[in-house]
Amino acid sequence: MPKDDMGRTMFERGRPGQRGTGALEWDIPRPGLAALFPDKFRRKKAPRLPELSEGEVVRHFVNLSTKNHHIDKGFYPLGSCTMKYNPKVHETLARLPGFTTLHPMQPAETVQGALELMWRLERMLGEISGMQAVSLQPAAGAHGELTALLVVRAWHLSRGEDRKKVLIPDSAHGTNPASAAIAGFDCVTVKSGADGRVDVDDLKSKLSSDVAAFMITNPNTVGLFETRVEEICAACHSVGAQVYMDGANLNALVGIARPGDLGFDVMHFNLHKTFTTPHGGGGPGCGPIGVKSHLAPFLPSPRVTHHDGAYGLDRPSTSIGPVHGAFGNFLMMVRAYAYVLAMGPEGMADIGHTAVLNANYLYGKIKGSLQTKYAGPYMHEFVLDGSPLKKTDLHTSDFAKRLLDYGVYAPTIYFPLIVPEAMMIEPTETESKATLDEFAEIFLEVWRQSREEPDTVRTAPHNLLLRRVDDVKAAKDLVLTHPF
Amino acid sequence: MSDSKIPEDLQYTPSHEWIKVENGVATVGITDHAQHELGDIVFVELPEVGQTVEQGKGLATIEAVKTVADVYSPADGEVVEVNAALADDAAAINRDAYGGWIAKLKLSGPLSSELMDAAAYKAQL
Amino acid sequence: MFAVAGVSKFEDLVEAIPAHLRLARPLDLPHSQSEMALSRELRHLAEKNRGMSELTSFLGLGWTKHFIPAAVDSIVSRSEFTTAYTPYQAEASQGSLQQIFEYQTMVAEITGMEISNASLYDGATSLVEGMIMATACSKGRKGFAIASNVNPRWREVAQTYAGSNGWTFHDVGWEAGTGARDRAALAKVLAGHAGKLAAVVVQTPNVFGLLEDLSGLADLAHQAGAVLLVAADPLACAIAEPPGSFGADIVVGEMLGLGIPTSLGGPGLGYLTTKKAHLRQMPGRVVGRTVDAEGTRAYCLTAQTREQHIRREKATSNICSNQGLMTVAASVYLALQGPQGLAEVAEQCASRLAYVRDGLQGAKIRPLFSGTPFQEEAFQLPPGSRARVEAACKTARLLPGIWLSDLLPGVPTESLLVCTSETHSRQDLDLLVSILSSAGGAA
Repeated sequence: MPKDDMGRTMFERGRPGQRGTGALEWDIPRPGLAALFPDKFRRKKAPRLPELSEGEVVRHFVNLSTKNHHIDKGFYPLGSCTMKYNPKVHETLARLPGFTTLHPMQPAETVQGALELMWRLERMLGEISGMQAVSLQPAAGAHGELTALLVVRAWHLSRGEDRKKVLIPDSAHGTNPASAAIAGFDCVTVKSGADGRVDVDDLKSKLSSDVAAFMITNPNTVGLFETRVEEICAACHSVGAQVYMDGANLNALVGIARPGDLGFDVMHFNLHKTFTTPHGGGGPGCGPIGVKSHLAPFLPSPRVTHHDGAYGLDRPSTSIGPVHGAFGNFLMMVRAYAYVLAMGPEGMADIGHTAVLNANYLYGKIKGSLQTKYAGPYMHEFVLDGSPLKKTDLHTSDFAKRLLDYGVYAPTIYFPLIVPEAMMIEPTETESKATLDEFAEIFLEVWRQSREEPDTVRTAPHNLLLRRVDDVKAAKDLVLTHPF
Repeated sequence: MSDSKIPEDLQYTPSHEWIKVENGVATVGITDHAQHELGDIVFVELPEVGQTVEQGKGLATIEAVKTVADVYSPADGEVVEVNAALADDAAAINRDAYGGWIAKLKLSGPLSSELMDAAAYKAQL
Repeated sequence: MFAVAGVSKFEDLVEAIPAHLRLARPLDLPHSQSEMALSRELRHLAEKNRGMSELTSFLGLGWTKHFIPAAVDSIVSRSEFTTAYTPYQAEASQGSLQQIFEYQTMVAEITGMEISNASLYDGATSLVEGMIMATACSKGRKGFAIASNVNPRWREVAQTYAGSNGWTFHDVGWEAGTGARDRAALAKVLAGHAGKLAAVVVQTPNVFGLLEDLSGLADLAHQAGAVLLVAADPLACAIAEPPGSFGADIVVGEMLGLGIPTSLGGPGLGYLTTKKAHLRQMPGRVVGRTVDAEGTRAYCLTAQTREQHIRREKATSNICSNQGLMTVAASVYLALQGPQGLAEVAEQCASRLAYVRDGLQGAKIRPLFSGTPFQEEAFQLPPGSRARVEAACKTARLLPGIWLSDLLPGVPTESLLVCTSETHSRQDLDLLVSILSSAGGAA
């Protein structure tokens, strides 16, 4: 492709009057727009959509697609995002017309298979997590967090308590405080201790009868299991607060330990992480929540029911109400259900084991370069402290860009906030030892370059279609649509 | 950060604002150290003229590409002027943090007791 | 591998998990199944459903079945799009980034607005995000003048969010004759809650399928210091003057149908467009155009200081993901159709509804309201006819529409909301007319 074609949009191709679909049949009388709509409603100037043939559209998007790194092409160690392989059969099954052609307002008797799938998946997630009731409705992890907090709020209100605060560790994902704010709570930050885990004393000092919940990611965002989880839960419960587990890192625990057994009251799942529904370039996700039985009456409506062999829907009056126009991202549930069937109890036990082993193995291979701030062993991921890069005036972002040159994606960078110049690496269980070895070699080579030829790293990438993208200009100029 | 500029004739807050008081009006900006830490500044959300502000509360917000910082008011007062040029050229703060002032406040109360002189601020960095 | 990991056995790696908290038994799940066996089971579940390929369906309410050209599925199935994630590293993600930029451009064009975000979960949550945004645009006001003829499923979701956000809804009813928002009622709400309203919220087409006349509405909202938030059907915008032409501040809605199958309502595709002046209150990610170090055109995520990963509890929204793959589907669909194709699909939908309306007139079944419908309309069947209609439809394997009174108080029990699209053949339409005319005709 000629370089000057880079970034050329659909709006700069094609010719007026061209379209990529054929004209439709008129087997009925055609009254015409003027007869259908009074003038005041009619659009005067057509939207400037592309005018291309089908072939041109396909070529455009196929060309775009080749400019993406993706799991099927190469290693994708994006920490906290659990970029594991997505089995192809899930895609085939999620495209069955018996699933894709359903309408959310159909009578329940015509969607028995869909309701059965949801009912069963709820129970599977319950078993995997040790939770007693599950709602599949939230459309993504952050949506699950928010929904769960609304459930917690409703539970407190049902007991006559209007609690105002949610406690959140300083290592938390940004979605936690953002969700808490939208659920109407004030956020209070709990410090991390010297070992990278929650500072339990700081937590206890902030617990009060005004605390609705403590949100905690476990394993946490530096890849460590919160060893004092029982003490944490007991302390929260002693003041009537609920303990929420952010399930972003559930992949580490599958088959090893269950959040419900650890003492958590409520949690969310990310089906696009742990249950390998594809990430889709940013979504759709699916963020079910699991709760202990005391919170179950407040789960979003409608609830799927099962009586006398028939599946139905119920809208309990205690529910917080719906959080999605329909049932959530149903086709993601189909994929996750297929995944659980494929894994079975045997495969499920392997997920956490292999994910944990892979992470620790990879860290063992590269720890001669950058190191973690907090001591391991780690669960499914580890976070490197990139500050030694500053010796040659480099930053983590430079290192990340240089990794791209070798055909792998970069780790998650600058998160969590408690690790300077953070680089968060999650290999997942679907990567082979050979892939981990290759990545370690690449990583060590970039580390060598960082010390011996830092300019190579500073000006990376060199081998991709583009050199370093100017994100400052993007933020200053703010060109957010094609300037026609 | 020994190489960041810290003019002698200004006062400083622990949260990296500078302040200059003349005739009961305080000019407020962020320090050279602060602009350096933020990196390329792309936007400044300015207060409105006439708005009253409280000591220690947000006065303005400064956005870089991947960070955002609140500018806190060093005293109670009323905003009498804002540096409107920043709306089109937020990077002026990167070029000259002390020329790129943010707002002028007519003081209605005492200055923050946490204000430092240049030497004390330098020692804090 | 254990040696490199610095341990001698797996248990050492998880020593941080107290032994008594570890799972001591296999999970109680069905045994691992082969690809063949699980495919059989999923097909079996799919076959237990009666999809719209088997039933003749006139269900709508924002989830509309449209024909999806094969090229859409071909592109959406590419693993370059399905198995990538959020394009954090721009240099290795130009495909998704440019595609989102083009999506943003198309949605802004269709709705007549200046900018668009990179998408939201679905129509209902886009309405909620628009309302959260409106509170920010109005410096924290929490009142909403909201039309009662906004999709009740969406309003319900907004209600779920209302309590914790301290929102108050001031309902603006509809006119008995036209079904449009009641202008006098709106004026009363605006006057009665001066200084407290964040937004005036309307939907076009409204829940009755009727286009709302938006002229003058923005001025009314702005005079009250509120923004105008419009939920709009993007397909209707292909032929109807879009909200942007009437000065709307925020436009939201559902793009399911445009390249996206109904799929029990999810994944859908919520969109949000607005004015550039409101960018800093906008939720969700957004892609901008820039250049690389050599001046070559490039795209990257931008204006990120609004988002949760940077601004945390002060973020404009808690949303982290977007409906990435759904934006690919919609982009390919819109690119294939172009302005002409999209307008033709819209005209087909409206014309087929007109055909049904004409047919029903013979049986004296009339629309509930006199307003101008797009592709969906409420018809008033005779009192007591619902059971007869339902029985006849069941025999004919037909879903005639949605009984409005199941969703919305204040409408007669025999109002049937019928949605037509280009996918309905003349035979489908004739069948509907014939059943409604005989079972629902005057007894």
